[in-house]
Amino acid sequence: MEPAEILSNPGGAIGVGWLMIVLPLLGAAVLLLGGRRTDKWGHYFGVLMALASFVVAALVFFQLLGFAPGERRRGVSLYEFIPGVADMGLLIDPLSVSFALLITGVGSLIHIYSIGYMSHDHDRRRFFAYLNLFVAAMLLLVLADNYVALFVGWEGVGLASYLLIGFWQFKPTAATAAKKAFVVNRVGDFGLLVAIFIMFTSFGSVAFGEVFAKAGAESQGTITAIGLLLLLGACGKSAQLPLQSWLLDAMEGPTPVSALIHAATMVTAGVYLVVRSGAAFFPGEGTASLVVTIVGVATLLAGAIIGTAKDDIKKALAGSTMSQIGYMMLAAGLGPVGYAFAIAHLISHGFFKANLFLGAGSVMHAMNDQVDMRKYGGLRKYLPITFITFFIGYLAIIGFPLLSGYFTKDGIIETTMEHNAILGWLAVVGAGITGFYMSRLVFMTFFGKARWDEGVKPHESPAVMTWPLILLAIGSVVLGAFLIVGNRLMIFLGPAVGRPEELPEFHAVSPVGLATLALVALGAAYAWLKYGRQEVPAVAPRGSVLTTFARRDLYGDALNEALFMRPGQWLTRLAVWFDNRGIDGLVNGLAAGIGGTSGRLRRIQTGYVRSYALSIFVGAAILAGAWFVVGTL
Amino acid sequence: MPWLSILMGVSVLGALGVAFVKNDKLAKQATLAVSLVVMVLTIVMTVQFSPNGDRFQFAETYDWIPAFGVHYAVAVDGVALVLILLSAILVPIVVLASWHDAEAGKRSVRTYFALLLVLEAMMIGVFAATDVFLFYVFFEAMLIPMYFMIGSYGGAQRSYAAVKFLLYSLFGGLLMLVAVIALYVVADKGTFLFPQLIGAITDPTTQKWLFLGFFIAFAIKAPLWPFHTWLPDAAAQAPAGAAVLLVGVLDKVGTYGMLRFCLELFPEASAWATPVVMTLAVIGIVYGAVVAIGQTDIKRLIAYTSISHFGFIAMGVFAMTQNSMTGSALYMVNHGFSTGALFLIAGFLIYRRGSHFIADYGGVQKVAPILAGTFLVAGLSGLSLPGLSPFVSEFLVLVGTFEKHAVFAVIAATGVVLAAIYILWMYQRTMNGPTAESVQTMPDLNSRERWVVGPLVALIIVLGFFPKPLLDVINPSVKETVTNVSVTTPAAVAKEGQ
Repeated sequence: MEPAEILSNPGGAIGVGWLMIVLPLLGAAVLLLGGRRTDKWGHYFGVLMALASFVVAALVFFQLLGFAPGERRRGVSLYEFIPGVADMGLLIDPLSVSFALLITGVGSLIHIYSIGYMSHDHDRRRFFAYLNLFVAAMLLLVLADNYVALFVGWEGVGLASYLLIGFWQFKPTAATAAKKAFVVNRVGDFGLLVAIFIMFTSFGSVAFGEVFAKAGAESQGTITAIGLLLLLGACGKSAQLPLQSWLLDAMEGPTPVSALIHAATMVTAGVYLVVRSGAAFFPGEGTASLVVTIVGVATLLAGAIIGTAKDDIKKALAGSTMSQIGYMMLAAGLGPVGYAFAIAHLISHGFFKANLFLGAGSVMHAMNDQVDMRKYGGLRKYLPITFITFFIGYLAIIGFPLLSGYFTKDGIIETTMEHNAILGWLAVVGAGITGFYMSRLVFMTFFGKARWDEGVKPHESPAVMTWPLILLAIGSVVLGAFLIVGNRLMIFLGPAVGRPEELPEFHAVSPVGLATLALVALGAAYAWLKYGRQEVPAVAPRGSVLTTFARRDLYGDALNEALFMRPGQWLTRLAVWFDNRGIDGLVNGLAAGIGGTSGRLRRIQTGYVRSYALSIFVGAAILAGAWFVVGTL
Repeated sequence: MPWLSILMGVSVLGALGVAFVKNDKLAKQATLAVSLVVMVLTIVMTVQFSPNGDRFQFAETYDWIPAFGVHYAVAVDGVALVLILLSAILVPIVVLASWHDAEAGKRSVRTYFALLLVLEAMMIGVFAATDVFLFYVFFEAMLIPMYFMIGSYGGAQRSYAAVKFLLYSLFGGLLMLVAVIALYVVADKGTFLFPQLIGAITDPTTQKWLFLGFFIAFAIKAPLWPFHTWLPDAAAQAPAGAAVLLVGVLDKVGTYGMLRFCLELFPEASAWATPVVMTLAVIGIVYGAVVAIGQTDIKRLIAYTSISHFGFIAMGVFAMTQNSMTGSALYMVNHGFSTGALFLIAGFLIYRRGSHFIADYGGVQKVAPILAGTFLVAGLSGLSLPGLSPFVSEFLVLVGTFEKHAVFAVIAATGVVLAAIYILWMYQRTMNGPTAESVQTMPDLNSRERWVVGPLVALIIVLGFFPKPLLDVINPSVKETVTNVSVTTPAAVAKEGQ
């Protein structure tokens, strides 16, 4: 089934859909411009704006449901942005609204959580301003009706991410991580930009509707080129190989940021881009789609392997995020049959990963901001709500039967298996590793003996932090079944992204599903042997070559350093030297040569302007006269 | 209404008045008042401009040297108009920012401010001139106030920088003078009026020689790689306000000249030179950015970023598509605001600490959050972040260039990555990290400084989301240029004939 046509603006909530973006933007503006005057109530204002945006998103959603499925794509044009090139407008359709609900819903919960988490921070208001800015930019990204407006949101979330990773900018590591994230993302943005150039040149437009309509008639080479360049953009934003290296460093940001931006929403923007452009550029066959699946599988394995070796709870979760987005990418590369699974996993991951990150934040809160899991242990008795909600998130991510991940991840694996068995089995292996690293994380944190630093007295977090955890945990339980059983999401998304004529059937028990479960159980059991039954050493053992490989993030940073950073530094030094000595020296030397000696040059240089002007005029007159007399022209 | 003459007249009379005021404070206030009057008048004029009317509006033509067909002829098209608007908005901001800049030395404070107003008149004149000889006169005369502003009020190596600036510019000016005279002689129309000279030179060889005369002068002024080495010295040694006008406005005369004079007077030669110019432009984009990354001095760093940006402008001009040229014209305006903000805020920073060197700073964000925040916005505009005005122009330049010269556009687009490195690394080294001891007591922006920075930041953001008003003015004039350029090339003429 092809995507439906884009119809006109029906008014109502959809007509004022731009409020979703403007409200949080207003929040950011008030909090930033208001300065210290807004310190007292700034965080409430930020929460209010996020919630208001959620309400608008919900109203839009229900209005959309009121239309027949084929009439659920609505264009809302706003104003002429760059005349002749791009307008500012929204595309309200099942895909964008699903994202809007996720962003504002999970976003609001994380805003609320942050009231408690950041309560001791002197700059809490600024934090909320940036969070609001992020929500606005992210909504523009998913709601835009053309690639240029999307790009504005795309870089806007990059800015918010930069500001929030570096929120504690007085820490050099945080400042460096923020800059790294921005620069690596810009490499991806380069790809997205060039893709937009090709679209504009080939189709004369950057609007989704026109681009998708005209793409069919374009040569395969152009389509593949656009696809690969879009993928480069997606890899940057979604921390997929080879642009993954920034995400682990991004954990320098406050934990709610890691939950919202670097787990639930922003890092999934790459998946959005691929699915949104899917019908035209990633149809599930051809080079671009194949490369998407390969990138997805490579990243899901790499992220999972990194996750096994980290002792920093946030970095372990970050590896896991990379890996889970790898699953989404893999699904997105499968074409219409995979889009809905990609988005279903994206939504349920948004809940359970936000849940896990906020749970980790709650643990850190209790442990004086300690992140080293080797200094945790036995926390389940002290943080009961955190533990229960975290454990639910854990079961959801490893794919425990009937919880979210079970439905969404299994859907991806089964669909991949039909498409390409090698990729499918690799995805199964990834699930097994997930079982291991997540179990390791849970055992090290909540089970075993306390290995706390002296003076640490763990305490449960306040209600303003635990309630979001509870709500997210509920989402982690029910969302998978809700979205997958009966192909609910696939049918809903159909008008926006297309879907296969024959809907896939859900098998509660299948050979591949059983194999996956067995591997996950094996991984969990091995983790229990190593980290549950045995005592966890307070200092990490040296480990094998493989362990070091994983601890060093598969040498991603080393590779970047050797390939780009060091040559870049040399190039910079060379260029500066050349500029000072080479060009400038040449010019000065030339001037000195003409003037006779450098001593004379100095004398000339201290001369009067009018004598220069005079000599120039005289010289020019002579030259022009000679020219005229000779008459060669 | 003779709008353009009024604008120049007010500036010149203001300068005279300021020069004779006895009291320095009064001189400053008078300068500010005069520049604000000019700004308001310019805005009123802009509102009266009808974008889809005649190409040249507010025209005035008087004989100046009848024997040679030299006129005092001024008028504006959309491109000239937005550049005059840029100048008129920047001058009061610069005046306010330079309040204490001239006090450090022993030189006269009021002379500095009088020079600023003289410079303003000349900036308006150079963009408004529609007589080629008059343009040349303004082009050269502009150097004089700027020479004194750098040479008398600049940093430690001001004389070296000022003389280097002057020598380079005069050398270019000399070539242009020859070309201007030759243009008059060869065209044989007995006039220097620009509209009458369009299409006057038909011989390809002559076009090439004349083109080179104009182009080299503009390439030095802009400056284009490899003619750029005077700029970092001049910009670093000039007082911050003068640096803003130098890089923000004066240098634009170079790229403006390419768009207006090189392309329209010598279209075939321009087409002939396009591969070379675009290569130089793209080298400049990447080279300027790479050298900027390696700078240790804040002002030199900003100067090198501008060399990279001028590469974008020149590339857009010579790509000769509607989008690329519109983008370039808009780029000239946006770059003026963006780099203006960067130079001025850097100037405030340097004034507080007394050092140009990045290494002398660190952790300023903690003690002066407003200074740091506005510096970040200005910096982000320098890396063309979407939502800020330079993005629109850079995007138009790139997408327009891509239509005809994809490879150049793709190489140029790597500049977006390099820009992120040079801006954010500078920001990190100055503003982030532990607060350096020497900046512990640094005060945040005072209210005068906020009035300097506020309007610039507001313009950058508003034009980032609503560039339409400027584009609507620029687009029709660029269309005229496109027509003039393509109609007069042989291919286009052949096409017309069919």
